[in-house]
Amino acid sequence: MDFLNAIILILNYTIIPALSYGSQLALGAIFVTLIYGVLRFANFATGDMMSFGTMFAVLLTFYFQSLGINLGVLPTALLTIPFAIIMMILYMLTIDKLVFSYYRIKKSPPVVLAMVSVGVMFVTQAIIRIIIGPFDRRFLDGEKFILKATEFKEMTGLNEGLTIKSTQAITIIVTIIVVSIMFWFLNKTKTGTSMRAYSDNEDLALLSGIDPKKVVLMTWVIAGVLATIGGVLYGLDKSYKPFVYFNNMLPIFAAAIVGGIGNPFGAFLGGYVVAFGEIFITYAYKKFFTYILPESLEPNSLMQLLSTDYKFAVSFSILVIVLLFRPSGIFKGLRL
Amino acid sequence: MRQYLNVVTAYVIMVILIILVGIFQSWSQALSILNYCLISAVMTMGANIQWGYAGLINFGIMGYTALGGLAVVLVSVAPVPEAWKAGGLNMMVCAGIIVGMIYSIRYSLKKIQKSIKRNYLIAGIIIIGLILIRLISGPAIENIEAVNPAKTGFLGGLGLPILFSWIVGAFFAGGLAYVIGKIALGLRADYLAIATLLIAEIVVSIIKHEDWLARGVKNVIGLKRPVPYEVDLQSTPWFINFVEKFNSGKLKVINSVTERQDVLNQLVIDASSVYVKLCMAGLFLTVVVVLLIITQKALYSPWGRKMRAIRDNEEAAGAMGKNVVKEHLLIFILGSAVVGIAGAMMVTNDGLFTPGSYRPMRYTFVIWVMVIVGGTGNNFGAILGGFAVWFLWVEAAPIALFLINFFTSHLPETNALKIHLIQSAPYFRFLMIGMGVLLIMRYRPQGILPEKIIKQ
Repeated sequence: MDFLNAIILILNYTIIPALSYGSQLALGAIFVTLIYGVLRFANFATGDMMSFGTMFAVLLTFYFQSLGINLGVLPTALLTIPFAIIMMILYMLTIDKLVFSYYRIKKSPPVVLAMVSVGVMFVTQAIIRIIIGPFDRRFLDGEKFILKATEFKEMTGLNEGLTIKSTQAITIIVTIIVVSIMFWFLNKTKTGTSMRAYSDNEDLALLSGIDPKKVVLMTWVIAGVLATIGGVLYGLDKSYKPFVYFNNMLPIFAAAIVGGIGNPFGAFLGGYVVAFGEIFITYAYKKFFTYILPESLEPNSLMQLLSTDYKFAVSFSILVIVLLFRPSGIFKGLRL
Repeated sequence: MRQYLNVVTAYVIMVILIILVGIFQSWSQALSILNYCLISAVMTMGANIQWGYAGLINFGIMGYTALGGLAVVLVSVAPVPEAWKAGGLNMMVCAGIIVGMIYSIRYSLKKIQKSIKRNYLIAGIIIIGLILIRLISGPAIENIEAVNPAKTGFLGGLGLPILFSWIVGAFFAGGLAYVIGKIALGLRADYLAIATLLIAEIVVSIIKHEDWLARGVKNVIGLKRPVPYEVDLQSTPWFINFVEKFNSGKLKVINSVTERQDVLNQLVIDASSVYVKLCMAGLFLTVVVVLLIITQKALYSPWGRKMRAIRDNEEAAGAMGKNVVKEHLLIFILGSAVVGIAGAMMVTNDGLFTPGSYRPMRYTFVIWVMVIVGGTGNNFGAILGGFAVWFLWVEAAPIALFLINFFTSHLPETNALKIHLIQSAPYFRFLMIGMGVLLIMRYRPQGILPEKIIKQ
């Protein structure tokens, strides 16, 4: 019984939150890695682009709510995602046309493009703050919990409760669907293959008649889908605040590099590596050990490797360690 | 003289702008802007040394700035004897353990051949060291933080003069740069940017959450000052006399004695704040000028030529026998040390240390915008970038407010769009800075004052 309690405890406080947080990071990391792989620059506007897409979802959710449209138990935001994605893609294509395409045609070094993306970051941040303001907004409606701790305790008779928030379930399910469609697209369709070819070797791809404009367009479209969905899922799970999205750029970068930048599958796994690392290292295991150890050995400290203040720092340390020992990412060789 | 014309014009415009702020807003405001401009100029010079001279991209400016600020606290604050008694010894032991760990790892890296055994040994040293540190420091930290937590709750500093901390700040930042350089300098440019950004975040989060070191997010306030305090000045006879003489024309017009005294008091209060800021500006200007002379000399010395050669073609410079790795590390340390000085200057200027305020937006990206706008590889350009961008950053909100009012003047006061725009005026600074970068990158990629290579 104690053993079961311990497992439920770990599931409830570490594995389920890490899975949903990891999914949100993974979507962002694939976005970063796609831009890096195909367009060849580190996009410092990542967090703000995700925030931009989410902003439309938030505004549309409020609008739909005022019209009385909802999805019942599911959050209304899911209904608004397609519209938000369209707006997001339009914004990205405009930015690409006005800003990035010039440097791409000129074949500027990646550092210049990264600097330009810093400029885009400032502009995007300004637009978001002018439209929606810097405040914290919650836009989750519908059923909050799939499984409540008290219900679970009654059902099983265990001491520990298992809570599954509906947002966590939605995050994981949506991520699985989106990522599998994306990998199917990249691997099985002609456009996806041409994108991968372009990412592997630009000159050869151009020689074999691949249209670079189409590749760039498709990259932004996929990036827009990933950025918006990742952003909305994060916002549903926590809340929508522009500043937080900007900060999320950092663990997302960590995830992308840990997975080997330019490698979508690595980025996908990297998101989970970072999320699990953060949560496992900062979780206090005291209760867990009181369940599984005999009473005489019970720990009296918190059994926490690092305090939760260092949550972000953990993901960055993972990155530093990876950079030190395997600069090309831990999933090197795991090609699509 | 002709060739310096654009430099002179740019600086004259900048000075006129600041004087305009003095006339239209207040002289105190103008001097605060000037002080921050000078601090930004030092930061930009640091970043310019790395990016302009050597092409190293360093997004960790925030970390060095924070370390410079930490140096001010550790140097100038008076020590807290109770806290030292409560846990000072344990913390010293921990510091000893860390040094021991570093040396034993270095020793095993040097003396033992590369093998799995060596990896296990190093991992073992790190794990045992961490456990020891946790066991020894845990109770000590609790005791230290329990000492008068509302006011101190930390070990305090050395109680030395605050100007000394500027040098210490440089050493702290240089030390961090050495570590980061060893880890990350081999990486490609954009990897280096991300790695330095994230390492700076780690540094700031340590400063934020280790309360025993510098009170963390509880902030250290009331730091010493290298210049007199306003309150003291207001009761100093020579200062009052000086203000009286300076404003004698204005005071003569007033007949009533009490009224004249009131006006004089107000003038003295205003003048004291201006005087203090002027003193600060003098100190900062000295630093900027000294750094400018050194960096200019360095840029046009054989060493500067070597750095440019390495920047423009690493392989060729390496083939000529230059040690690229060593030079990169050196310039990384030098540039970061300059940023560290700026961080210490900033905390000295504010008189308080707030680790919570170190955010990548303000302390990394805005500084980079300054470098790019000003002109990479040109010290005058870097300083100008610091001035111009900081000026825009501060004055963007008033400018935006003016523009909004101008363009919406035909709309009624109750118009929802107008109210919304006026409320979001502060965020137009991001828009202006962003547009500024994009325009400069597109139409003048070398910056306002481009790099100038003088042929000897």
